[in-house]
Amino acid sequence: MKEELNTLEQTVLNDYKYGFVTDIDTDIVPKGINETLIRLIWAKKNEPDWMLDWRLKAYTQWQKMEEPKWPNVTYPAINYQDIIYYAAPKQKGQLKGLDELDPELRRTFEKLGISLDEQKRLSGVAVDVVMDSVSVATSFKKQLSEIGVIFCSMSEAIQQHPELVKKYLGSVVPMTDNYFAALNAAVFTDGSFCFIPKSVRCPMELSTYFRINAENSGQFERTLIIAEDDSYVSYLEGCTAPMRDENQLHAAVVELVALSKAEIKYSTVQNWYPGDKEGHGGIYNFVTKRGICIGEHSKISWTQVETGSAITWKYPSVILKGDGSIGEFYSIALTNNHQQADTGTKMIHLGKNTKSRIVSKGISAGYSNNSYRGLVRAGKGATNARNYSQCDSLLLGDKCGANTFPYIEVKNTTAVVEHEATTSKIGEDQLFYCKQRGIDTETAVALIVNGFAKEVMNQLPMEFAVEAQKLLAINLEGSVG
Amino acid sequence: MVDVNHFKDRFKQLQSASPDGQIARIRLKGFDTFSKTGLPAPRNEEWKYTSISGLFNDKEYHFAADDGQPVFTRSDLDAIRLPGHQGANELVFVNGWFMPMLSAIRSPDDQLTVLPLEDAAKGIYKKQIKEHLGQSSRYIKDGIHALNTSFIYGGVFIHVAKRRELQYPVYLYHLSDAREHHTLCQPRSLIYMEEGSKMQLVETFKTIGTSDSFTNQVMEIVVNNNALIEYYKIQNDAANASQVSTTHIRQIGRGYAHAVTITLNGGIIRNNMNLILEAAGNEAHLYGLYMLKGHTHADNHTLVDNREPGCLSNQLYKGIVDDNATGVFNGKIMVQPQAQKTNAYQSNKNILLSDNAGINTKPQLEIFADDVKCSHGCTVGQLDETALFYLRTRGIPIENARAMLLEAFTEDILDQVKPKLLRKHVKQLIREHLSIKK
Repeated sequence: MKEELNTLEQTVLNDYKYGFVTDIDTDIVPKGINETLIRLIWAKKNEPDWMLDWRLKAYTQWQKMEEPKWPNVTYPAINYQDIIYYAAPKQKGQLKGLDELDPELRRTFEKLGISLDEQKRLSGVAVDVVMDSVSVATSFKKQLSEIGVIFCSMSEAIQQHPELVKKYLGSVVPMTDNYFAALNAAVFTDGSFCFIPKSVRCPMELSTYFRINAENSGQFERTLIIAEDDSYVSYLEGCTAPMRDENQLHAAVVELVALSKAEIKYSTVQNWYPGDKEGHGGIYNFVTKRGICIGEHSKISWTQVETGSAITWKYPSVILKGDGSIGEFYSIALTNNHQQADTGTKMIHLGKNTKSRIVSKGISAGYSNNSYRGLVRAGKGATNARNYSQCDSLLLGDKCGANTFPYIEVKNTTAVVEHEATTSKIGEDQLFYCKQRGIDTETAVALIVNGFAKEVMNQLPMEFAVEAQKLLAINLEGSVG
Repeated sequence: MVDVNHFKDRFKQLQSASPDGQIARIRLKGFDTFSKTGLPAPRNEEWKYTSISGLFNDKEYHFAADDGQPVFTRSDLDAIRLPGHQGANELVFVNGWFMPMLSAIRSPDDQLTVLPLEDAAKGIYKKQIKEHLGQSSRYIKDGIHALNTSFIYGGVFIHVAKRRELQYPVYLYHLSDAREHHTLCQPRSLIYMEEGSKMQLVETFKTIGTSDSFTNQVMEIVVNNNALIEYYKIQNDAANASQVSTTHIRQIGRGYAHAVTITLNGGIIRNNMNLILEAAGNEAHLYGLYMLKGHTHADNHTLVDNREPGCLSNQLYKGIVDDNATGVFNGKIMVQPQAQKTNAYQSNKNILLSDNAGINTKPQLEIFADDVKCSHGCTVGQLDETALFYLRTRGIPIENARAMLLEAFTEDILDQVKPKLLRKHVKQLIREHLSIKK
């Protein structure tokens, strides 16, 4: 309780504490997207020829596509020619060790509380840090490589493990999957790459930290995680951006591949700058995340806490192809002020005895709009497929909206699919109970909201759970009364 | 693809034949929408799972207007008459046109008035027509609805007088003549329930002949303060009969609506059941049962729009889908910002019996008020193995055991059919459908 009180006090003074800008030399290319730009990115990243073909193909497709209009969000048209597609902190040559990192950059990440220094060895998290368009540092690389785990930036993977990248890149999210995925395929600049070999249980949490720093830039990163037979990995992702008046675009793609009996646990705490109280500025978070359980008895689990971004548009999905595979989706989406979120999941059951579970908790406050949109499909071959979905919405205030759009498509007689959803507000009796015991309204609301979200919180790795809990309290600040 | 021009000529003919007044203006607006949007395509979110454009491929439908006088006699009617018709008001539509000759009004004049729409628009009900006809277009903006609106002619206006409870139910029969050619029927009706009135309304459809029929129906019901409507739709037509059936109920006073839709056989069936709760404290209950076999495709779309505080609505739709049939349920609950203290519930339960069959369900909540209780749930599953086993251990053959359990599954919807004779009739239809002998 004391912890929460402190957080609230802090946030009265500072609404979005990650809103600072780092003054750092940045290598920036001119605004706008065209073939020259794509060649330029390709050249800057020193990529092999097949990558250029791939990017150009995606670009051609992208030009033919239309921006999706179906999400339940509204925003002014994005001018794709007014975005900087590549911005990289300048570095002098190849780094030998983390000691050589620009001190300004190092300070930035210290402020954000990320252990670039290995002094925090005890925390036991390997971090890959992506600033604007490129990955700037990866920690614990050596220890990981000893057991065969590859954890590096995407650019490095393209250079050093082209056979793996070539095999899996675009295999889960094809370049033409959707408008933003195609854009990402054409201009993606970096991201994390992670490969867990056979029978290895990754000894530490792997983590990527995304930070947008440069003005007018967009961030287009691509993450690829491959877990071979009988392996396990837990992966964390966090993101922040400075406070700016303009909207910035973040269009990422994440692909997960789980082979036989492999398990991938992917957790996100998304805290991009949500814009100010009047709804100016903030990040457009248009992300495509998808995993495929190729092998038998494999498992992919998505956990997300979405508190930031002006607009969130993302559906972490699982294709359950292998027999007996399992997909899970746990989500908390909190919107306040003028934020809009259209988020959910897709569970595509193809294999026999596949199972999936969806738990989604939406919390809307202020003038925000929060939608759950999900699809559960049991194909003809999905004998004994089983799904359970639960989406609950909590409304704080009468100016906000909560919507649910669950799609359920069943083609197999042995499949069992259940869905339930509720929408309600915080009970007067619950509030009264708290207040009677001397807890003020704001703290009581935070308490009740945390309880509402507990089922999902429990799924988060410990390192994130504390942060996420604080985030919920911070973002609700000022929404009561 | 549907040729808009084909309809354009017809539309011009109709407009020049009866160019005057309110209805002609509504038609014009409807046709304007239709020519802009055409028939709904699957990329239209509301029509994602149901495609009707295939019905119009290489096929020319005869309009009711082609035929002039109908070719049915009262004895043709006997085949579809519902039980209890001796004590009911019977209204007959042939090819989408209201036929006073075949109809029988048994309730006294001071309770029930039935008029062709055109006559009503000229007489003392002018105001009601002006205010309420075509209001459904505000909610349904697709081309197929606009097509009906473009050709409003020969429809019916039903008026139930203030504080009158109809002793006799109103039966609506829709006959389509598909003996010689494919037929397009577009019945239209407006029902006005005055304050404190009460009515039971039963509707059923029948296609005669082996060519195809397509019925595109719109019924608007206006319910005033303390009025009560019970509405039953029974769809048990042949596989060559497809339809889009829209029922748009507006509760403009604090009233009560109770609607049950039973769908058994047919081609492609789309039901739009809209319930607009425009006054505080309204109550409404929607029930549906779809039992599909063969290649039948049934799509139930419900919309409950809570516009004022303190309304209660409850929806229960159940489906059993077999063979190559497809069942679709799309239930939308909207709660507008001012509609605090809304209670809205929705449930959809399905049993899938064949791997070639499919169920697509999409319960939807759009909520903009905070002091509400809304929930929805839906399930897709099979018969309970343990229950089947229990019955079989007692010597009941598996087929019978299955039928028993399925019949039990339909029971709670059947219970909502309140008129006794009708309930017995529907029960019989369900049993036949499940191949249960008497």
